[in-house]
Amino acid sequence: MGYRATLGGETFRFDTLARLMAAATPARSGDALAGLAAQTDVERVAAQTALADLPVATFLSEALVPYEVCEVTRLILDTHDHKAFGTVAHMTVGQFRDWLLSDAATTRALQALAPGLTPEMVAAVSKLMRNRDLIAVARKIRVTSAFRNSLGLPGRVGSRLQPNHPADDLKGIAASTLDGLVYGVGDAVIGINPATDNIPTATELLRMLEDLRCRYDIPTQTCVLTHVTNTIAMIEQGAPVDLVFQSVAGTQAANDGFGVSLAMLHEARDAALSLGRGTVGQNVMYLETGQGSALSADAHHGVDQQTLEARAYAVCRAVEPLLVNTVVGFIGPEYLFDGKEIIRAGLEDHFCGKLLGLPMGCDVCYTNHAEADQNDMDVLMTLMAGAGVHFLIAVPGADDIMLNYQSLSFHDIAYLRNSFGLRAAPEFEDWLERFGLITESGHLIDGATGAQRLLGAS
Amino acid sequence: MSDEVARDPFARLRAATPARIGLGRSGAALTTATSLEFQYAHARARDAVHRPLDIPGLKAALAPLETVDVQSAAPDRQTYLRRPDLGRQLGSGVVLDSMEGCDVALIIADGLSADAVQSHAAPVLHALCPRLMGLRLSPVVIATQARVALGDAIAERFGARLSIVLVGERPGLTVADSLGAYITFAPGRGVRDSARNCISNIHGQGGLTHDLAAHKIAWITREALRLQLTGTGLKEEASALPGPNPDALPS
Repeated sequence: MGYRATLGGETFRFDTLARLMAAATPARSGDALAGLAAQTDVERVAAQTALADLPVATFLSEALVPYEVCEVTRLILDTHDHKAFGTVAHMTVGQFRDWLLSDAATTRALQALAPGLTPEMVAAVSKLMRNRDLIAVARKIRVTSAFRNSLGLPGRVGSRLQPNHPADDLKGIAASTLDGLVYGVGDAVIGINPATDNIPTATELLRMLEDLRCRYDIPTQTCVLTHVTNTIAMIEQGAPVDLVFQSVAGTQAANDGFGVSLAMLHEARDAALSLGRGTVGQNVMYLETGQGSALSADAHHGVDQQTLEARAYAVCRAVEPLLVNTVVGFIGPEYLFDGKEIIRAGLEDHFCGKLLGLPMGCDVCYTNHAEADQNDMDVLMTLMAGAGVHFLIAVPGADDIMLNYQSLSFHDIAYLRNSFGLRAAPEFEDWLERFGLITESGHLIDGATGAQRLLGAS
Repeated sequence: MSDEVARDPFARLRAATPARIGLGRSGAALTTATSLEFQYAHARARDAVHRPLDIPGLKAALAPLETVDVQSAAPDRQTYLRRPDLGRQLGSGVVLDSMEGCDVALIIADGLSADAVQSHAAPVLHALCPRLMGLRLSPVVIATQARVALGDAIAERFGARLSIVLVGERPGLTVADSLGAYITFAPGRGVRDSARNCISNIHGQGGLTHDLAAHKIAWITREALRLQLTGTGLKEEASALPGPNPDALPS
């Protein structure tokens, strides 16, 4: 058994499907750290050549992570929709790429195909695609989700307003929230990462956000990004929970590291649904992922980080989320070394998530020890906007003072609106206009005037 | 509404958070001044990551404490950033003799901010050593291209009962020279991070003062040696510093 390709008279062999997938992955530091990356550039192309000839259906009979030891593998294989798979069942991975890029792969065809695809299939085809291919196909896919507003509609990009504070200071968080609203940010969610991760703090923050949302009557949803068990407890205590947050990964072992299981996610979703707080939809889950999480938890089973990331999307898909966010540059340079690797990974994650039918957003971000800067973020956000990203994260001045990393600034969401004509969710946009924060053409009004309107109403 | 609020409604909100709010804008972009401020902060953070430790300067600051320098298995900064595993192993050729009855191994690791180590490691150790009176201390090991777990390998060579690692934390835009302290009982290969106690945010911009950090580290050290453990089973409950306001002490 094994896979091979001959290039220029030299034959390259790959013993297992996992080895083949890893060797075919565009270079990144995390796979090198795991000892899984191709040894040379030519070996990588050889692996891609062998992968192109592999029947897509192989992934239904050969599991990369054993079925017996991993509930994520069981979820993927047990819920696979064979009928939907029909369109591409006879194809090789290479033919699948050609088809995705062809005019035959319409928005409708891609939507119908999604339940027939597994994470391994979409990861495999992404390894044969250039950045422009990932953008071109993702742009054709439409995924909508809704809670108090409708996200994912054509010509629109959502944004998460992230008003974190190192001491969870309520006034400080409110100040950052007002700043973001003046920029028209926050339709995807107003979401806080708490510095102190416990139930009393999370509840206090959640009540503050709820007060603020109600005071201004903002058609959006709020979230405190605490562990799923904390959120379940808060729901039981009667806290105003809109969305359930959780970080998830692509193997059961890595999810164990996060202290989460599929059963817990379903329990949390049921609890949030029981509150019936959504007005235009009932997608109540907000999930975050990122390449490298399984390796950092020593739970990668010899599988490359991009394939494992796509497997995390199977976990997300099972709970019909409002938002899925790849926190692409947060994990650090030992997984994604520089701007080039972060940009590639962001586009891969977005493509794979969307192809599987997810409302895929991105935290366009980096840490100070990565070889990246705001210029790389400018490139990635602009590409993401072109690819039709569901939502992006934004913080005041691109500087998250609690998590100590850089994301996008509120300004950047305004840039995407002004320069590319992208708009906020319709319900939220109406609110911005009603409040006098944007003009009829969707441009922001003068910042001081906008802030006064909000402060005057407070 | 006052004139100032009319001009800058964020004036009163700014006091509530160190976040970059109310920056103003040029079109949808940052203004030139705020853009340059951001670049300056990022440049400082990057310099803190990449600047090598000035070892002679650090030794002078540590005097009269005895020192030894070692390097991890990561030969340079680029490798260090890509290979956390190498930053946890001692480089080949490092000789550290076993010390009979060593209680505490003292280690300074450059980590991700040599600036943090340069500014804060010596004053913290000068404040700490008198508080560890009666315990047998190793020489101060200055470790470069080093991660926290390198302290386990070093302490194992000494045969120390406990290790204290002072390490440069990952720089943020606001604070680029924050020092952390990790205390590990029974240090050795395979120690899990959950088996360490950590004191973080030792720096001069609203962080822990050198004296208070030393007080907490000493408290944890004595408790750890008494209870024979560190980590999730040992909660830091050091009392407030006795005497005058610690902020007023020279550091």
